[in-house]
Amino acid sequence: MKIFKIIAWLFLFAFVAIQFFPTERNQNSVVPNTDFLLVNNPPQNISAILQESCYDCHSNNTGYPWYNKIQPAAWFLEDHVKHGKGELNFNTWDELSDRRKRSKLKAIINQVKDAEMPLYSYTLMHRNAILSDSDKSTLENYMYSLIDTIE
Amino acid sequence: MKKVRVTTAILTMAFLSLTAMSCRDTKKVEGHQDDSMMEHDNSMMDHNDSIMDHDSSMLNNDTMDTSNTMMDSNMQNTDAKQVVADYMAVKDALVATNKDAAAKAGNKMVSTLKGFDVSSYTAEQQKELKDIITDAKEHAEHIGKSEMDHQREHFKSLSKDMMDMVAITGTDATLYQQFCPMYDRGSAWLSMEKDIKNPYYGSKMMTCGNVQKEIKSTM
Repeated sequence: MKIFKIIAWLFLFAFVAIQFFPTERNQNSVVPNTDFLLVNNPPQNISAILQESCYDCHSNNTGYPWYNKIQPAAWFLEDHVKHGKGELNFNTWDELSDRRKRSKLKAIINQVKDAEMPLYSYTLMHRNAILSDSDKSTLENYMYSLIDTIE
Repeated sequence: MKKVRVTTAILTMAFLSLTAMSCRDTKKVEGHQDDSMMEHDNSMMDHNDSIMDHDSSMLNNDTMDTSNTMMDSNMQNTDAKQVVADYMAVKDALVATNKDAAAKAGNKMVSTLKGFDVSSYTAEQQKELKDIITDAKEHAEHIGKSEMDHQREHFKSLSKDMMDMVAITGTDATLYQQFCPMYDRGSAWLSMEKDIKNPYYGSKMMTCGNVQKEIKSTM
């Protein structure tokens, strides 16, 4: 019984302690003019899908959920956003060369097609971000049309 | 048993109060731009120079004796040749549908690409090569850590990079540009042999494809 108590207190202490570690917040009010949506000006349904399902991790502005206030959830999110932006940041789209754009477009198509993106851990909490089959094919066709304009 | 209940109660209360307390604003840090942004700015600046250089280098190429270009293409070899060799290792692993071998070859390619010295090329070529290297490195990295399907997807883009690279660096072995019309709306790759061995399907469709182009050795 005593052991149980000690362990419980240790956990509590650790939980309290990690609350004092700050995390970086990915929030900006300005959308740079290199933004994917500004540059390509896609149809409304495409921008809606991208903003709902992709922009939280792949842009400079994340819409944070309430649990971002609590560790270790905040660390988890920080890591995802950082990694996501490292792979692709829609806000800085037009800074990429044509070759890089083509690669990123292909990667978007493949990630969505293979249901790798949006991440399961993301759609678990963001049910609106789940892509329907028609969303997927709309997105895919649009991205292919962009590739064609580059080639 | 009572003690346990008390402890649990304390834990719950502590958790709740913490949740309320932790609703403070964590410091807002300006979304840090990634390094690629910085690199990009540089390359944008270089861009203008390279256009100017371009003109002069064209002149150079025209007026100067060919021995200069010969020397260039000889110098290219160690790095560019190794990149092509690494690429072929990736390709062979995909033909054999061997994920681990492809990953290993992909990682090897990443390190070769990192050490690629482009200084012997003209400013314009350097810019193009750097772009190719950045792109190829990303694809090779993904091949190094992905499942077979993803490896093949990235291999397609990597192949495009290799064709563009070889167009600049030349090649000391004759290469065959081959094409499979079935994979992802049609996909090409490079091979050292004329015979078709399909890296996109492996044994499932080993001989699907045709030779599109023969890239002659520049040596």
